[in-house]
Amino acid sequence: MAASIEKGAKKPESFQEIILRLQSYWAARGCAVLQPYDMEVGAGTFHPATTLRALGMRPWAAAYVQPSRRPTDGRYGENPNRLQHYYQYQVIIKPSPPDLQALYLGSLRAIGIDDSLHDIRFVEDDWESPTLGAWGLGWEVWCDGMEVSQFTYFQQVGGHDCRPVSGELTYGLERLAMYVLGVDHVMEMPFNAPDAPIPLTYGDIFRQTEQEYSRHNFHAATTEMLFDHFKDAEAECRRLLDMPADDPATGMRIIMAHPAYDQCIKASHIFNLLDARGVISVTERQAYIGRVRALAKLCADAFVQTEAGGGQAA
Amino acid sequence: MADLLIELFSEEIPARMQARAAGDLKKLMTDGLVEAGLTYAHAQAFATPRRLALAVQGLSEHSPTTREERRGPKVGAPDKAIEGFLRSTGLTRDDLEIRDDKKGQVYIAQITTPGRAAPEIVAEVLEHTIRHFPWPKSMRWGTGSLRWVRPLHAILCILSDGSGAQVVPLQVDGIVAGDTTRGHRFMAPDTFSVTSFDDYAAKLKRARVILDPAERAGHIWNDARQMAFAQGLELVEDKGLLAEVAGLVEWPVVLMGRIEDQFLALPPEVLQTSMKEHQKFFSLRDPKTGQITGFVTVANRETVDGGKTILAGNQKVLAARLSDAKFFWQNDLRVAADAMREWKDGLASVTFHNKLGSQSDRVARIEALAREIAPLVGADAELAELAAQAARVVKSDLRSEMVGEFPELQGLMGSYYARAAGLPEDVARACVEHYQPLGPSDSVPTSPVSVAVALADKLDTLTGFWAIDEKPTGSKDPFALRRAALGVIRLVLGNGAKLDLFSICLLSVLRFRRELAERGRLASSHTIKESSYAYGRKRPGKNLALVPFRGEGQKFDEVRFAEAIEIEGVYKTVWFPDGKTTSELEEFRFDPHAIVSDLLSFFHDRLKVHLRDQGIRHDVIDACLYTSGSAPSGATPGNDDLTLLVKRAEALNSVLSTDDGSNLIQGFKRANKLWVDEMKKAGFNDDPSFLKAISVLDEAEAQDGVEYSFGPDPKFFEDDTEHALLEALDSADAVITPAIASEDFATAMQAMARLRAPIDAFFDAVQINTDNQILRRNRLNLLHRIRETCLQVADLTRLEG
Repeated sequence: MAASIEKGAKKPESFQEIILRLQSYWAARGCAVLQPYDMEVGAGTFHPATTLRALGMRPWAAAYVQPSRRPTDGRYGENPNRLQHYYQYQVIIKPSPPDLQALYLGSLRAIGIDDSLHDIRFVEDDWESPTLGAWGLGWEVWCDGMEVSQFTYFQQVGGHDCRPVSGELTYGLERLAMYVLGVDHVMEMPFNAPDAPIPLTYGDIFRQTEQEYSRHNFHAATTEMLFDHFKDAEAECRRLLDMPADDPATGMRIIMAHPAYDQCIKASHIFNLLDARGVISVTERQAYIGRVRALAKLCADAFVQTEAGGGQAA
Repeated sequence: MADLLIELFSEEIPARMQARAAGDLKKLMTDGLVEAGLTYAHAQAFATPRRLALAVQGLSEHSPTTREERRGPKVGAPDKAIEGFLRSTGLTRDDLEIRDDKKGQVYIAQITTPGRAAPEIVAEVLEHTIRHFPWPKSMRWGTGSLRWVRPLHAILCILSDGSGAQVVPLQVDGIVAGDTTRGHRFMAPDTFSVTSFDDYAAKLKRARVILDPAERAGHIWNDARQMAFAQGLELVEDKGLLAEVAGLVEWPVVLMGRIEDQFLALPPEVLQTSMKEHQKFFSLRDPKTGQITGFVTVANRETVDGGKTILAGNQKVLAARLSDAKFFWQNDLRVAADAMREWKDGLASVTFHNKLGSQSDRVARIEALAREIAPLVGADAELAELAAQAARVVKSDLRSEMVGEFPELQGLMGSYYARAAGLPEDVARACVEHYQPLGPSDSVPTSPVSVAVALADKLDTLTGFWAIDEKPTGSKDPFALRRAALGVIRLVLGNGAKLDLFSICLLSVLRFRRELAERGRLASSHTIKESSYAYGRKRPGKNLALVPFRGEGQKFDEVRFAEAIEIEGVYKTVWFPDGKTTSELEEFRFDPHAIVSDLLSFFHDRLKVHLRDQGIRHDVIDACLYTSGSAPSGATPGNDDLTLLVKRAEALNSVLSTDDGSNLIQGFKRANKLWVDEMKKAGFNDDPSFLKAISVLDEAEAQDGVEYSFGPDPKFFEDDTEHALLEALDSADAVITPAIASEDFATAMQAMARLRAPIDAFFDAVQINTDNQILRRNRLNLLHRIRETCLQVADLTRLEG
């Protein structure tokens, strides 16, 4: 089945078909197909399967869809390609395999991009996440002048050097799918098969939520509460990591890196909401980003002490 | 002789790094080979997105054998010493030669180091080059520790001669060198082997890779121009973009498209910037209308549909981008039509710098400065009013959506929006021109309105950062203050403006001080209990800082404080930044005169650099900065008038280039040296200051009881040359004084140059240091006259050589 898809015999017809083809392509290449992380994040990179698992020596290969939220990008569902909630497809492989570029190009063929007709280019684009204290070198991948993916070799995460290095691929699913399906407005994109008994477009599913969240993000969210939530998440993250590794209830050594990291993600999203509400000044902005980065760094420090992070689980 | 071919095959190298990397590969390799003793005839390096290549022709096959003779211990020295010598030379006792020396017989070692074969050296140098390659940014990948710009996949390294090619044995981090490479990523991905550079380049071309970036760029340029020409359009030249695009493709295929009609109303600069920044498209212009109507994109492959799919995709992306631009443009025009109210209000919330306030604070200051400067740069009352009006709008476009998207269009968009708002053309032009000159090659505006605002903008920046003591240091100049200072210099010189820089800067610095005080940065005070209390000391928890230079118990209110600082810079202040705790307090002495003097020296330094580029020596400028009677720096008469300063420098420079001029300098220096020596004898060792010297003479004369004003008395002249010199000086002064008054420095300098002959004659005929004190004194005073006359335009003692 995977083989016939790769040959691209037939172009995909819907948004979900593109996702399904990517899932089976990367599953066939040995990736664990994970599910989205159950928290609000700004990008697929925030999933602990990427941020934390990029650390330490242990080999890792995962692929997943991650619903992502960027409150400032809300346009009430009217902009043809800007959304406050969208999907990223994320692949992370550690150590980065020598044929990662070829594997990536194979995935484009799998979703119907025939590279004998299209112009595919790797254009320098170094990636840096100030909130995660992470950076890497790589490219944005262009297909006929359009950016369809981000391709990065992680060099540092949470202030730690990545050894070995992970290769990370991020596909902006809506934009990529619109291109493959030849759709001009995201809301008009078929979500399921157009000949399904009940055909649904992207707009059928998301136009209303884009309106609701745009109003919420820009004008309604209670800022005082959000400021408090930010402080709470920050304090909780630090508190969890300050607790001794030895758990008095079980006698086991349990470092709570992931629960602490959840608080870091939470703080990051709350910051994005506050930013969308326009209550964070330019100078404060840097300070908030610095506070989230400090949390991410603490979580990374903790994770490398855990078993999954390659630390001694004594 | 052999030829060396190297290719380092990697994942895509950023376009902007390729040319530099090819150069580095060539330099590191050839330097290394030569250092190891090899010679070569010719070397050339190339880069494509996926490879760096180097071809070295005529490489020697071995490094030469070298012989070295080393002296050892004396014959009969302890065995230990001799054994040590043998170990260090790697010889046996039989190999040693015994030679007679002054102190007896010594052992001599003849050490022969055989030459090494080229492959061994190449392998060593290449590995070192790869491991120490100066990429601006490099990375690791997989489990390896090697660093390269992106993952390095293969190394091709062969030496070839008439008999064939041989792979240089080499392995770097698991990558084994070979004689194979690959073609185009999509069109010819298979590997193939090569035997020489010619074979390599030819096979690459068959495999759809043009190795030479210049050839790719030429190909793109020619095809693009021809396609444009066929449509009656012209290609907008952009060398930077061409180089970048040539670095993004191995097999360039040029495609041309048209911009949809609905976008043609956008300003051409917007179309060009959007296409270039986002898509790396070239713009095509309709020569009849000047409009940008089409684009050229460069694909990296041929397709069976002749690029149709690729072009359609690019068209679509462009349409989306231009829809955004059109949306910004239309929204912006609405705000512009509303007198830009929204933007002007919005500037209050844009921080310029946390100590220097918002953009709207800045606009207010620029307006005040522009009003003050306008009359000095040729504006009448009406134009001065326009300058003030322009100052109020030139920063508005920073709030526009278009500039938010394309910051490089700042100023230009302002001009469009000012016209849309119905503002006068002078104001619209100032929006773009007040940023000029942007660099050494950028043009300087000439309209008084633009010049006044441009100067106000730059002087506000400079005095502001000087006031908060954030000056450029070393290579760090985050606010581009050097460029701003050069901008001021070029604006002043380019317009021949007579600008009293010191006063203008002082006014601006005083304004900053008032603002800083109002904002609590320089806190205005309440009652000052003791004068020691704020100055030089930190006071917990209080935003209290103003201290009178002398006096206690005074009370200042805001108004009086503001007045006080306007009158005189006698108040020292300590700076308590708000929101800081005591331990974080910064101390800051705010002395407006010192700040402006320092800024003026910065201008002088920039001026030296600027004039040096114009071929005027730095010592010539130095000489002109310090004219007779002037203090060493700061507010000296005339040296903050840059136009005057440069006139003097140019006059001096052109006189120096004549024989008479350079001889005059020599004569002058002789006179000066004698004079200074004499003053040193009188006890002024460190300070040959002319005025002091004169007062010494005065005293001496008073003691001698000789009535004697400065200047020689002809009745003590013994020689004709003395008379001739004094006459020459008198007649030179008669020319020089009015010439300087009318700023005709060339005439003044020529008159000085004519002094050369009489000075030379005087020195030839007369001995200064005679036993007769009266004659001696008289001659020294004649020297003093030379000095006085010659220092009027410049301090010639500062000239070198």
